Amino acid sequence: MDRAQVQKELEALAAEGKPAPVPEEKVEVEKEEQASEQEETAPEEEQGKDKNKKKGEEEEEKPRENGVLVLDHRARGAHLDAQLNGDQVVAAAEIMRRAGLSVEAVTGVDWLKENKFEVIYDYALYIAGEDLYRVVVRALIDRDNPDIPTISGVFSGANWHERETWDLLGINFTGHPQLTRFLLPEDADFHPLRKDFKP
Amino acid sequence: MEEFLRIITYIVCISAFVGANLAWLGWVERKGAGRLQRRTALKEVGPFGLLQPLADGLKLMSKQLHVPRDADRPLYMLAPVIAMVPMIMTFVVIPFNEGLVPRDFNMGLLVIFAFAALSVLALLLGGWASRNKYALISASRAVSQNIAYEIPMLLTAITVVMATGTMNLTEIVNQQAGTIIKWNFLRLDNSILMPVSFLIFFVCSVAETNRAPFDLGEAESELIAGFHTEYSGMGFGLFMMAEYGYILIGCCFTTILFLGGWHCPFGFYPGIHWFLIKTYFLIWVIVWIRWTFPRVTVWGLLNLSWMYLIPAALFNLILTGAFLKVF
Amino acid sequence: MSRLAQSQYHETFDINLGPQHPATHGVLRVKLTMDGEYIVKAEPVLGYIHRMHEKMGENRTWAKFLPNPSRMDYLSAMSYNHGHVALVERAAGIEVPERAEYLRVIMVELNRVQSHLLWFGAFLLDLGGFTPLLYAFDDRERILDLLESVTGSRLTYCYFRFGGVYNDLDDEESFKTGTKEFIARLRSRMPMYHNLVTKNIILRKRLEGIGPVSADMCRRYGATGPVLRGSGVQFDIRKNEPYSAYPDFDFDIPVYEEGDSMARYMVRMDEIEQSMRIIEQALDKLPEGPVKAEKVPKMIKPPKNDYYFAVEAARGTFSLRAVSDGTNTPYRLKIRSPTYSNLSLFEEASKGMLLADALAFMGSLDLVIPEIDR
Repeated sequence: MDRAQVQKELEALAAEGKPAPVPEEKVEVEKEEQASEQEETAPEEEQGKDKNKKKGEEEEEKPRENGVLVLDHRARGAHLDAQLNGDQVVAAAEIMRRAGLSVEAVTGVDWLKENKFEVIYDYALYIAGEDLYRVVVRALIDRDNPDIPTISGVFSGANWHERETWDLLGINFTGHPQLTRFLLPEDADFHPLRKDFKP
Repeated sequence: MEEFLRIITYIVCISAFVGANLAWLGWVERKGAGRLQRRTALKEVGPFGLLQPLADGLKLMSKQLHVPRDADRPLYMLAPVIAMVPMIMTFVVIPFNEGLVPRDFNMGLLVIFAFAALSVLALLLGGWASRNKYALISASRAVSQNIAYEIPMLLTAITVVMATGTMNLTEIVNQQAGTIIKWNFLRLDNSILMPVSFLIFFVCSVAETNRAPFDLGEAESELIAGFHTEYSGMGFGLFMMAEYGYILIGCCFTTILFLGGWHCPFGFYPGIHWFLIKTYFLIWVIVWIRWTFPRVTVWGLLNLSWMYLIPAALFNLILTGAFLKVF
Repeated sequence: MSRLAQSQYHETFDINLGPQHPATHGVLRVKLTMDGEYIVKAEPVLGYIHRMHEKMGENRTWAKFLPNPSRMDYLSAMSYNHGHVALVERAAGIEVPERAEYLRVIMVELNRVQSHLLWFGAFLLDLGGFTPLLYAFDDRERILDLLESVTGSRLTYCYFRFGGVYNDLDDEESFKTGTKEFIARLRSRMPMYHNLVTKNIILRKRLEGIGPVSADMCRRYGATGPVLRGSGVQFDIRKNEPYSAYPDFDFDIPVYEEGDSMARYMVRMDEIEQSMRIIEQALDKLPEGPVKAEKVPKMIKPPKNDYYFAVEAARGTFSLRAVSDGTNTPYRLKIRSPTYSNLSLFEEASKGMLLADALAFMGSLDLVIPEIDR
C-alpha cells in the first residue's frame, strides 16, 4: 500500500472540491487573508500549539480550506488529515478501501456558532507487516440541511456508525438502508447530542 | 385379603421410596455440583442441607399456578401429570430383591419400555400447550432426541434378552447370581461386545431423560428453560421430579440388566443394599457427567445416535446372535 | 439449507432473543427470523442501557469525566481509563513519569487477564458447561484482591489520573510477591483448563467451523481485537501503535488463521499467557521515581484542536476522539468501543446458522453490551 499514493489521491480529490459557498463580497478579502495565513498556521497546527495566542490579534478564525494535512502522530493521533466536501466522502472511502484501510469510527460534531455539522471519518490500516496508518477525513455540511451521502455501500461497518450519528445528531446520510432509531427509544423525536438540545 | 394388604403395602412403600428419591435426588445433585465446582453447596436448611427439598417443595407449592393466556388449558394441565404417572407406574415391575417386586410380569422389560416411552408425550404436550415459541422449539428438539435414543436402547436390551432368554426381570437378575464375572456386562461368552452394549445403554438412558450433556430440551442458556418455560410452581416441580424419577428408573434398569441387580460382586450376602448401592453409584456418575461437560449441538446429538450408536447396537445384536448360535 | 416463505410448506417465524436472556451478556435484543432452527435474518436491537456518556463528556470538565469510562466496559475498565487519560495527556502535552507508565501497564494487563477469565467462564456457561465458570472465578478473585490492594476498587477502576496514577503501591514487596504467586498458580492451572475444556471433544465439535469470519469481513466492519486476530490478521495496538511502556516489553501476539470460534477462543487463551509475561517483565523492571507528573494544571485546557487516542482493550481497539475548543470542558468526546464494530458483523455472519451455533458465535465475539450502548 503506497502511502504517497493515498495522499496524492486525497489531495486530488480535495482540489476538485469547491469551497463552501460564501457571500460574494467577502470572497476576495477572505482569500487574501487565508493565503497569507496558511504558511503561518500550518506548522503551528502540526505541533499542536495553542492557537489561542492569536486570539488577541484577530477575533474570528478563518475556516480551514479543503485540503490534506500531514499530522504528527504523537501529537494528534493520526497520520493524514483530509478535509473534503460533503459529496466527496464516498470517493474518499473508495480510496481508503482500495488501499486496504478500514473504517474505525464516524463522528459527528455540532458547530453551533458556525451553523455547520462536521462529520469525521477515522480510517486505520489493519494489515499485518505494515506500520499503522491512520487517516482522518472530514466534511463540513450545512446545519440546516445536513445531508451527506452514506459510505455504507463501501464499508458495511459504517452502517451502524452512521445510524448512531443520525440518531444522536440528526445528520442525514442519504442512501442509508436503515436510518432508524438505534440507541434511543423508537419513538424519540429529538437529537440529544446537538448543542441546542434542551432535555 | 392377603393380596389386598400386599397391594396396599406395596403402594405405600413404592410411593414413599419414589417420593423420597425424587425430592432428595435434587439434594444429591446440588451437593455434587458444589463438590465438583470446589465450593460447599446447601448448608443452610437443616444439617448438611438435608431439609432443602422440603423447603423447595413448600416454595413450589406456594406459587401461583398461572396458565398463560390463550394456552391450551386441558393439555397444559395434563402435561405434568402425564410426565409423572407413567414414571411411578414403572416401579410396579422393578425387582429390588428376590421376591421384592409388586408384580412380577413375565414381560417386565417390555412394560418398562412402554411406560418410559410416554415421557416424550409429556414433553411434547407441555411445549405445545404453552403457546410459547421457545417451548415449541425445545419440545420438537426433545421429541427428535427421544426417538433417536429410544432405538439403540431397545436394541441393546434385546441383546440382553437374547443372552438370558427371558424378559422377566427377576429371572434376568437371577441368572447373574455369583461374582462380578457373571454379571451381564461382562458376559463375554454371549457377545464379546457386552461392555460396549452396557455403555450404549447407559448413554442412551442419560439421553432419554434429557440430562446434560444431552439437555437440549431444557437448554438453559439458549431457550430459557425449554419446554417448561411457562410452567410455574408445582407444574414445574412435577416436571423436575419426573426427570429425576426417570433417572432413577434408568439407573435401576441398568443395574438390573447389566450389573447384577441385588447380587454382591464378591458372591456373598446379596440383598437390597447392593441394588441400592449400584443404583446410586450410577446416579452419582450421571451427576458427575452433568457438571463436567458442555452441551452438544442438536446435530451432534442426532448424529451420535443415528450414525454411531445405532450401527454399533445393530452390530452387537448380530454378533450376539452369531455367538449364541455357534457356542 | 433454508427455504424462505414462498413455499407453502415452509414458514418463517419471528422470535426475540429478548433483552432478558441468560446468554446475551447484558441487555441485547436480537430479532430473529427463523426457518425451523435456522436463522434467516438476525437484527440486533440496541439501546437498552444507553446512558449517553458522550453528552456527559460535553457537560463535565476533562477531569470530572474520569469515572465514566470504566462504567462503559466494566470488565476492561483499566484500559478504558487508560485510553481517556492518555488522550487528555496527548491533548494537553503532559508527560508521564516512567514508574507511572509501568504501573499502568501492570494494572491494565492484570485487568486483561481477569476479563479473559470471566469471558472463558461465561462462554462455557452459554455452551452448557457450568463448572469452568467457578474455576475461572477462583483465579479471578485473586486478581481482584491484588487490584483492590492497589487501587481500592474491584470492578470499576478510576486509578489513573492525568499525568500518572493516583497512588503509589503501598507495599511494593508484598504486591510483587503476591502477583508472582498468582502468576505461578495460574500458569499451573492453564494446562488443566486446556485438558479439561479445550481438548474436550464436545466443545471442539461446538466451536470448530462455527461462525467463520474472514479477514475481509473484519476489514469491512472494522472488527478488531481477538476477532481480527482469530481471522489471521496480526494487528494489535500494543505492537502496531505502541503507547505507554509497551515498547519495553517482549511479548507475542497470538494469531490463528482459521477464523472460526475455536480460533477466537484460542487467541484469548494465549493472550492470558502473554499478559502474564508482560506483568512479570514489568514487575522485574519496575523503576523508582514519582508516580505523578510534576506540573499538571488544576483546570486542564487543551489547545483548540481535535485529538485521537487508541488503546488495546480486552475486546479490541478502544479509541477516543476529543474535539477541544480551548475551554475546560470538551466540545465533543467521541467514544469508539470495540464491541460495537464486532457485533455489527453478526447480522451478516449469522445468516443460515443454527440457533445454538449463533449463540456460540456471539459468545466467541465476547460481547459486553454496556460498552456498545455507552
